[in-house]
Amino acid sequence: MKKIDTIVIGAGPVGLFAVHQLGIKGLKSIVIDNLDKAGGQCIELYPDKPIYDIPALPECTGKELTNKLLEQIKPFNTKFFLNERVEEVKQDKENWIVKTNKNNEFSAPNIIIAGGVGSFEPRKFTIKEAEKFENKSLFYAVRNKEKFKNKNISIFGGGDSALDWALELSKFSKIYLIHRRDEFRGAPHTISVIKKLEKEGKINIKTPCQLDSIEGNENISSITIKFDDDKMENIKTDFILGFFGLIMKLGPIAEWGLSMKKKTVEVNSKNFETNKKGIFAVGDICNYPGKLKLILSGFHEVALASVECFKRARPDQKYRFEFTTSSKTIQGRLGKK
Amino acid sequence: MPKITYQDNQGNSKIIEVENGLSVMEGAVQNDIPGIDADCGGSMACATCHVYVEEKWLDKLPKAEEAEVDMIDMAYEPKKNSRLSCQLIVSSDLEGLIVTTPAKQS
Repeated sequence: MKKIDTIVIGAGPVGLFAVHQLGIKGLKSIVIDNLDKAGGQCIELYPDKPIYDIPALPECTGKELTNKLLEQIKPFNTKFFLNERVEEVKQDKENWIVKTNKNNEFSAPNIIIAGGVGSFEPRKFTIKEAEKFENKSLFYAVRNKEKFKNKNISIFGGGDSALDWALELSKFSKIYLIHRRDEFRGAPHTISVIKKLEKEGKINIKTPCQLDSIEGNENISSITIKFDDDKMENIKTDFILGFFGLIMKLGPIAEWGLSMKKKTVEVNSKNFETNKKGIFAVGDICNYPGKLKLILSGFHEVALASVECFKRARPDQKYRFEFTTSSKTIQGRLGKK
Repeated sequence: MPKITYQDNQGNSKIIEVENGLSVMEGAVQNDIPGIDADCGGSMACATCHVYVEEKWLDKLPKAEEAEVDMIDMAYEPKKNSRLSCQLIVSSDLEGLIVTTPAKQS
């Protein structure tokens, strides 16, 4: 088990700035996030959309903001545990023990939950049979493409993931690309290549239609799709791939005994601590009177929460408020002379 | 104020007077209508304020822009009459609008 001063859950902008505020106070943190990269919603939902309300940055995209924040916390050499979800939080006297789905365990006096609206997970098919075949012959991601060689594959979705995998797998398998409407929303170049492959008979496109049923016992034998005009078609299928984007799920946070309101965690607005001493919630996931779901509010919240984190992690030291402009200690921690 | 009817997939409905200028999503959230999550807060980034509009309203509403239709691809059980309620702005033209929430949002 690794011991640390603070466990930050969520690598969105607010989680990243938490690392900064903790770092300048001399506290070591680690960051855990379910996505494969830092940035949270900024990277997953709007990497290229401009944001106009970050103080002193008249305009910056989600990606730019994330990169700037990562640069800002570089001096602290923080360890990130990505593709990892916190499953369990347990109390151990004054400390909290956090366990992830990859069986990593951490112990710290403080947890800062900067979880946004929860963790991103693939949106799934809604028909019942889908669950039965999930991770056997129905997938929401391709981990090993060898598995899909020389098979009949039905790919659902209209975005880049669906199109890219249709292209890639069409090199050695028979592909049906199925989408609920006629237009695809992938990169224009990819769409034109797909259309070309359709003419050559390498990819079959079926629109506008949706999955109606899956046939098969252990493995899938075929699927039935239903067109908008109620016409049905049966397609011989070995594997189904679904790419409907990601949705946000609160996940296990709801089971940690925190006081919740709808999908948010209730905190006080003095130091953003929850009903559990040493567990803080900041950013979109926290709730207090007057809460605004803005990135800038999250920055303020972590600044205050980090002070309480300091007091808990260094009970024998007195907290001293300092400015980065004048504090030699802080400048040292930032690697400045 | 225009009256908007929010109906769940079981047929239970509630009529709410929503101020002009608010979105159909905001009308629901401010009045604790269940079934509309609006996780992203109305920035058309999550598809959890997805509703079905009554067929006869489809042509009367401003057409969905491309980004909205793209996002509806990611909604739970999208249909032809699917819209994101954060993109439907209430005005007197919407008096009597009926929207139905899907079985769930995520």
